[in-house]
Amino acid sequence: MHHFLSFYLKANCKVCFVALIQSFSHYNIVGQKLGVSLTAARERRQLVFLEGLKSAVDIFFRPQEEPHPLQFLREANTRNLQPLYEFVREALKPTDEEEAAWRCPVLLVDDLSVLLSLGVGAVAVLDFIHYCRATVCWERKGNIVALVHDSGDAEDEENDILLNGLSHQSHLILRAEGLATGFCKDVHGQLKILWRRPSQPTAPRDRSLTYQYKIQDKSVSFFAKGMSPAVL
Amino acid sequence: MTPSEGVGRGVESVLEMLESLLALGGMVLLRDSVEWEGRSLLKALIKKSALYGEQVHVLGCEVSEEEFREGFDSSINSRLVYHDLFRDPLNWSKTGEALPGGPLEALRALCGRTDPGPITVALDSLSWLLLHLPCTTLCQALHALSRQDPCPGKQVRVLGLLHEELHGPGPVRTLSSLAQAEVTLSGAMGQASAHILYRRPRQHPTHQTQWFSILPDFSLDLQGGPLLEPQPQPDPHTPPVDPTNHLTFNLRLSKKEREAKDSLALPFQFSSEKQQALLRPGPGQATSHIFYEPDTYDDLDQEDPDDDLDV
Repeated sequence: MHHFLSFYLKANCKVCFVALIQSFSHYNIVGQKLGVSLTAARERRQLVFLEGLKSAVDIFFRPQEEPHPLQFLREANTRNLQPLYEFVREALKPTDEEEAAWRCPVLLVDDLSVLLSLGVGAVAVLDFIHYCRATVCWERKGNIVALVHDSGDAEDEENDILLNGLSHQSHLILRAEGLATGFCKDVHGQLKILWRRPSQPTAPRDRSLTYQYKIQDKSVSFFAKGMSPAVL
Repeated sequence: MTPSEGVGRGVESVLEMLESLLALGGMVLLRDSVEWEGRSLLKALIKKSALYGEQVHVLGCEVSEEEFREGFDSSINSRLVYHDLFRDPLNWSKTGEALPGGPLEALRALCGRTDPGPITVALDSLSWLLLHLPCTTLCQALHALSRQDPCPGKQVRVLGLLHEELHGPGPVRTLSSLAQAEVTLSGAMGQASAHILYRRPRQHPTHQTQWFSILPDFSLDLQGGPLLEPQPQPDPHTPPVDPTNHLTFNLRLSKKEREAKDSLALPFQFSSEKQQALLRPGPGQATSHIFYEPDTYDDLDQEDPDDDLDV
């Protein structure tokens, strides 16, 4: 997530980041290691940052009539995430002076699984992403990057519906998982890449790739399975 | 089967595959998964229907119209009517651009159409509809849509795309029971395959598996299956070994042996003959005696014969 945030900011894209898991300063600190300043990006209006942790508290101290993106926290029957979608749409709406400044808009969400824990149904989250796709990807020709956790062995039906539903809506799936053989000091995990864009004529057989990786202080090194320098 | 024979037969079966799926009429259910997507096969079937001269109505919930029409040439696109449920399916924008009545009304409107000629209705996707409509309502609408009209000009063929992992077994089986043909997509080693179940009327269901790939213009290309490791073939000159030769026990009983077995009295069955035999000492029993000579230190205490009571 941090990588994509710094990547798109460096690429001069307008970014809307819905951050529900960590505070702004956390992302800022990691961003600085990767070479971007979120504070500066926010000041020059390249970055619109929804700090979920802070807003969630604010919502209870505001008058109820004002619409708030995290309004679902207040409502007993959470039917949909329309206010959150409206927030995203406003944030990435092109204004005249910005039209020339930034490249394609990008929506980042960290992460969607927490919405399930907050009482939103899986179908409501899928509808939210559907509408974001219609606006950000189709209308504005931008990109969306969303993080979802896999419940793994714990059988969580709602999370599975969310994960599979999102996978079907996605063009590219990056799946980070631990090694099947267990914990290793030099190989932290494995990344599976799956392309789901069927109409591309090039390399239909390279739809899926798997790499193993090791996380370092300011970067990540990737290598083919079994080819870690520690092993060779 | 040599490879060339396989290809020859395979070309026929590719044509038959699309044609036979479409010829059956009624509903064709395409079951796909995250790894093996089904929209390309749906588009291949749509292309085939359009080439037959039919009009194709697409209820598009998951992708935009541009993305769906991508890859079709103009002759096919002219036969395609796209009902857009992608941009604003739930009427959030309230600009009046959404289809009135939402997805259910759009589906019902297709049932009640009055224009002549056979049509194909493609539902992209049934999963989206199933997540947003009650299962019974959807099944009723599908049944009404794909019911075979006796008038030949008004036949409706329904192609439905279903993402298997999103639903429980109940809804999937319900939809499957409505379908005349069911195609389950999977694959191995980068090669896609379709397992097809045909439910022809008054016949047993038949299965077929076909390896294929879809070209950028949505025509189907046969594949012979993934290159597997050569399986070790059994040697045809070695006769099969009969495991019933050279046994140390009988597998079957002769008639006499069976009679003897049936007439044998089991040791713990107490019949009157046995009772008499026990009570009356027979001729053999007089010969069995026990002779016991005690040792010097033997304690023949009848009350404590094992000498282990601590008295």
